[in-house]
Amino acid sequence: MVRYFTRLRVRRIYKWGGRPYIFDRKLKSYGFEYLNMSVEGQEAVTTVTPGQYILIEGNDDEYPFVAKLLKFFGDESHKQKKALVQWFLRLSEVPQNKKLLLGRSPHPQEIFYYLGRACDNEINAESILGTVHVQHVPEDTPFPEPGTKDTLYVKLSWDTKAFNVLDPVLMQDTPASTPPKPALPLFPPCASPTATPVSRGPVRRALPTPDPTVMRRAGSVSDTRATMSAGKRSTLEAESIHSASKLSASKILSAKRRGSAADTPGVRKKLQLSIGASPGKKMTRADVLCELLDEEMESEKVISLKLSSSVSHSLQHGCSLSPMRSVCKTPNGQRRFPWKLSSISLDRLSPTALGEQDFSRATTPSRRKESAMAIREPALGVLAEEDSEDSPMQPIALTPRSKRKSAQLVSLRIRKQLNLLDNTQELISDGDDDCFVPSKKDLQSSSDEEKTVSEEETRGRNCKTSVRTPHKTPSKKALQSSTDEEKSEEETVVRKTRGRNGKTSARTPCKTPSKKVTPSTPRHATPSIPSRTVPARQPGNILDEARARLHVSSVPESLPCREQEFQDIYNFVESKVMDGTGGCMYISGVPGTGKTATIHEVIRCLQHASDMDEIPTFRFIEINGMKMTDPHQAYVQILQKLTDQKVTADHAAALLEKRFSNPAPKKETTVLLVDELDLLWTRKQNVMYNLFDWPTRRHARLVVLTIANTMDLPERIMINRVASRLGLTRMSFQPYSFKQLQQIITSRLNKVKAFEEDALQLVSRKVAALSGDARRCLDICRRATEICEHSASHPSSTGLVRMSHVMEALDEMFSSSYITAIGCASLQEQLFLRAVIAEFRRLGLEEATFQQVFVQHRALSRVEGLQPISVSEGLAVCQRLGACRLLLLEASRLDMLQRVRLNVSQDDVLYALKAVRD
Amino acid sequence: MCTLSRQRKGSIHELVQMILRERFCHQRLPEKPVGMESQHKHLLELLRRTAVHGESNSVLIVGPRGSGKTMLLNCVLRELLEVKDVNKNVLPVHLNGLLQTDDRIALKEITRQLNLENVVGDKVFVSVKESSSRPVLFILDEFDLFAHHKNQTLLYNLLDVSQSAQAPVAVIGLTCRLDVLELLEKRVKSRFSHRQIHLLSSLSFIQYLDNVRSQLSLPQDFPDTKFYDEWNDSIKTLCEDQSVVDVLQRHYNSSKDFRSLHLLLMLALSRVSASKPAIKPTDLLEASRVCMVDSKANILHGLSILELCLIIAMKHLNDIYEGEPFNFQMVHNEFKKFLQRKSHSIHNFDKPVVMKAFEHLQQLELIKSMDSSTAKIQKEYQLMKLLLDHSQIMEALQKYPQCPTDVKQWAMSAFG
Repeated sequence: MVRYFTRLRVRRIYKWGGRPYIFDRKLKSYGFEYLNMSVEGQEAVTTVTPGQYILIEGNDDEYPFVAKLLKFFGDESHKQKKALVQWFLRLSEVPQNKKLLLGRSPHPQEIFYYLGRACDNEINAESILGTVHVQHVPEDTPFPEPGTKDTLYVKLSWDTKAFNVLDPVLMQDTPASTPPKPALPLFPPCASPTATPVSRGPVRRALPTPDPTVMRRAGSVSDTRATMSAGKRSTLEAESIHSASKLSASKILSAKRRGSAADTPGVRKKLQLSIGASPGKKMTRADVLCELLDEEMESEKVISLKLSSSVSHSLQHGCSLSPMRSVCKTPNGQRRFPWKLSSISLDRLSPTALGEQDFSRATTPSRRKESAMAIREPALGVLAEEDSEDSPMQPIALTPRSKRKSAQLVSLRIRKQLNLLDNTQELISDGDDDCFVPSKKDLQSSSDEEKTVSEEETRGRNCKTSVRTPHKTPSKKALQSSTDEEKSEEETVVRKTRGRNGKTSARTPCKTPSKKVTPSTPRHATPSIPSRTVPARQPGNILDEARARLHVSSVPESLPCREQEFQDIYNFVESKVMDGTGGCMYISGVPGTGKTATIHEVIRCLQHASDMDEIPTFRFIEINGMKMTDPHQAYVQILQKLTDQKVTADHAAALLEKRFSNPAPKKETTVLLVDELDLLWTRKQNVMYNLFDWPTRRHARLVVLTIANTMDLPERIMINRVASRLGLTRMSFQPYSFKQLQQIITSRLNKVKAFEEDALQLVSRKVAALSGDARRCLDICRRATEICEHSASHPSSTGLVRMSHVMEALDEMFSSSYITAIGCASLQEQLFLRAVIAEFRRLGLEEATFQQVFVQHRALSRVEGLQPISVSEGLAVCQRLGACRLLLLEASRLDMLQRVRLNVSQDDVLYALKAVRD
Repeated sequence: MCTLSRQRKGSIHELVQMILRERFCHQRLPEKPVGMESQHKHLLELLRRTAVHGESNSVLIVGPRGSGKTMLLNCVLRELLEVKDVNKNVLPVHLNGLLQTDDRIALKEITRQLNLENVVGDKVFVSVKESSSRPVLFILDEFDLFAHHKNQTLLYNLLDVSQSAQAPVAVIGLTCRLDVLELLEKRVKSRFSHRQIHLLSSLSFIQYLDNVRSQLSLPQDFPDTKFYDEWNDSIKTLCEDQSVVDVLQRHYNSSKDFRSLHLLLMLALSRVSASKPAIKPTDLLEASRVCMVDSKANILHGLSILELCLIIAMKHLNDIYEGEPFNFQMVHNEFKKFLQRKSHSIHNFDKPVVMKAFEHLQQLELIKSMDSSTAKIQKEYQLMKLLLDHSQIMEALQKYPQCPTDVKQWAMSAFG
């Protein structure tokens, strides 16, 4: 199934539809009611109207951007087509480091209402790909079962800092988007932005493979409504006609009863609301809904008492859905009247073009039925059943109370769509119930209502046994199974289920939502090490605290001694982010000089600045050459961190190439940190080439910061075209001087008085002389605190780390262990070392075979008055020394002929041996 | 009655053997590591901090083979796990450089031991990143071999985790190489805390003797107190015997580690039986003889006269040409000269027979070919070297059963 036009790689044609209304006289820009888009070479036309959710071309075909269309406008020439949108974000668009804020694994179809300001909400209308169905899921209800690929769910909003519960008002109310109502009522209600949901599920299904006949017919109707969605709609209607013709008397009867049951003030009220849902209404819709529901509950209670039958279950859906939906359904329902009861609808509404169209079409119901069936994909065969199942209810429209009828139709419509969509919708609607029903009393009454609904429904179904499949009749078993399954669900849902009893069972068991709606896909989940059962103990005394602060892992409050480097990198990245350009920077320095820490600090500061809205938002991605098995894995990791996709290296490279070379409407700057760059070296150097080439692209907005140890890495290992792209923005981190090291420790300790000043100076001087590695310095200090703690039992100790402790720690870390090792070796081993030196002296070479050394050894042991050892023993002694690497040996299969070399200087050996003797 | 007591005695000896064998074969950890108290304290303190405070650490335990590195670590782990709140809190992961020969295998093993089997490879380190997780103790036996892995990726990642505010880990490396830090790449080295615990025993001979005594003594909780006293008294007298002290001194001179000592004591222990209820000095002397025996000389005892003659011919060639390699033809000529001039007891052998004997010596690795490409040169002319010392040959000749006198004389004489 081809999902979007973009896949087809064809030119799309965009045309304004409807009459322009003056939008801004000064700017001479015009607002438009809708936009027709079609694919070149095909007659299919899609209409996009404000209020609909749309897909916008992005840098990822698979996941285009999602937004809600607020309005269209263009200039006088009608050449320029623009649209105002409200963005929605997919999780993959949320910065990687913020994803954790979600606190749960996201639903694959989940999007977030975007509240940030960083993205321009004005887009080129020609980047619209099509429409999409977006559904609001209240916070505490689970996501519907996956399967309806075409529906996206909104639960939360994202304001670049945190995820918030989405105010349902935001999803319904679009006051800004409502264009000034034109006086000419072309088709008044549809022009309102709330027309969207009409083209939800069914439309999307119809999109890719529009039936040619229907489309042609639709196209022939000059009205702009003749879109694919209209086509689909007409097929639905056609079906109802078809089945309506087969109506039996009993069905009519039951339908009538249902119709009368639906005659509640609430429905009327709703209808009024829907008709009068003009921008003039001051009430927020949520308020209206609450009021409406309250009324409805009351009335229904009365009715359910009075009548043995009760409201159609469509009613339940009606209130379960957000009011917006029910409102927007209404116009369509009304539009249906013309062919069902044209006289009534005609006096209520001005006959719309659509109505005429429908009417005219109704003359050939059978044919349309065929075509309608053809539209459906075979996989959705259930659909047919659903539609025809619902269609018998259509005759209720024949009753003259048009208000009620329209309400009926609305709910019918909704139900149909709910059926069309996956059954998971049922859960959603329940969730909506929970959310919108304001009080617990209402909740209870709603379950009452449902009970009556189920009763009614059952009766209705019993009448229509020919249509219903036997397994749909409520059986205890089905009920059992469904409730059993649902027990695992959240409490609210369970309660619902009980309330619903008959109703759930009335659904086909296979439709009962499977409870495995675990949004996390186990395959990609990263398993975690079980968390500790006992919380980590807090440091007790000063030394403990000092040790904790001196640990390399503890993040210091500030990074002293790297102010200049910090400023340079900060300025570099900030300017790139501000300008929306790209660039590369190469940072070198020996290990432990704070390269990565400084960059992290820079990013932290920039992140803060962007949170404060001082600079545009950006994304920070970090890869480490040491943390990948193969240089090409770099692509995979970058892509995964950017978009959460997991693909092969080649594919990832292609996707990244595309991402960084194509312009996209809302693109953040990406800051990429490549640690241990030298490990990304390949023979063709294509990984490095790409990394440095992407920032030079015009639309890339990529800043690459690279880190390696050697200063001349670009000259040494990079071929010219790579080195040239890396550019000359370089920075070198010098090893810390002793003063800097001292400052670092002092700032880390931050007033925790644990060290004597001299002791600190000694450590810093020693480390600065050797490597200037801050890590080493911290480790030594940490060890010194330990030694201090051990010797704390001495009465003289002040509890401070003193010179002696530091000296001991330094000795431990820096002193060579060879001399001690020789001192601790056994007598024969020492003798062998002496023999080695003696043989070297004799030969004048630094190498001898074991055989030669062994002769010396034997002579020496005679001198020492020791019993000479056998060759096997001598070899064992030699091997032991070799294992310690005091000697360097050849492979032992050479036996007596293996060559022996010293791994320590002769002087050291002699010194050690002399020390032993004395 | 008599049989009963013998049975009882037999069972007692089995019990003694069982107790001491457990000790000598390192099946049971000693109560307390001997001669490494400070190291024990240091390591225990370090691991305790990881387990309790969640502080990441890295440490290397360096010491020669048989010096008790693994024993020390196991003692510390045992002690650590006895602490109540640590018990359920740490996850030890044991890796061995000889088993996990590359990073992929090592990662798989880590995954397996952490029960993260649903992960694929590189995600292990992602999962280690949660700071609230349990402390993981990575124990890398034969640490130096991990440094030979490509790019030292595993070490880098482990040490990087230990140096960053991620999950608390302790990386404990065990190695016998003193120069292990030189093997680490500079950025890996920088991430290592440079904490090394050296296990270099500076045991004096007196302590060594004490140790032998305590190793052979029965534990306090031995069921039969009478036998316990008898046995321990006999051990005490054993250790005061001069010949035993000499033997032990020799062993002490050769190596101070306990592993070779245990081998010696094990051999002595195996001679204890119901009829021989204590270790006698002769047992220890015999055991020492078995331990100290030269393996090459033993092989020489099993050679035929012809092969022995060839060895002697080679020895003469070595003397004449000062250790230069020889070939079969040279050896054969030398052998023929001997036959013509001096031999009375040895028959003339055909050249193929001599060749066969020569090849047998090569198979025994008493001689070794010096050329790498053996195929091109004819067998007779391949250059060989003798892998035996003069002393070994002479010793073997002395002990060779019924060695002809003329052969002995030929061997003694200078220049054939």
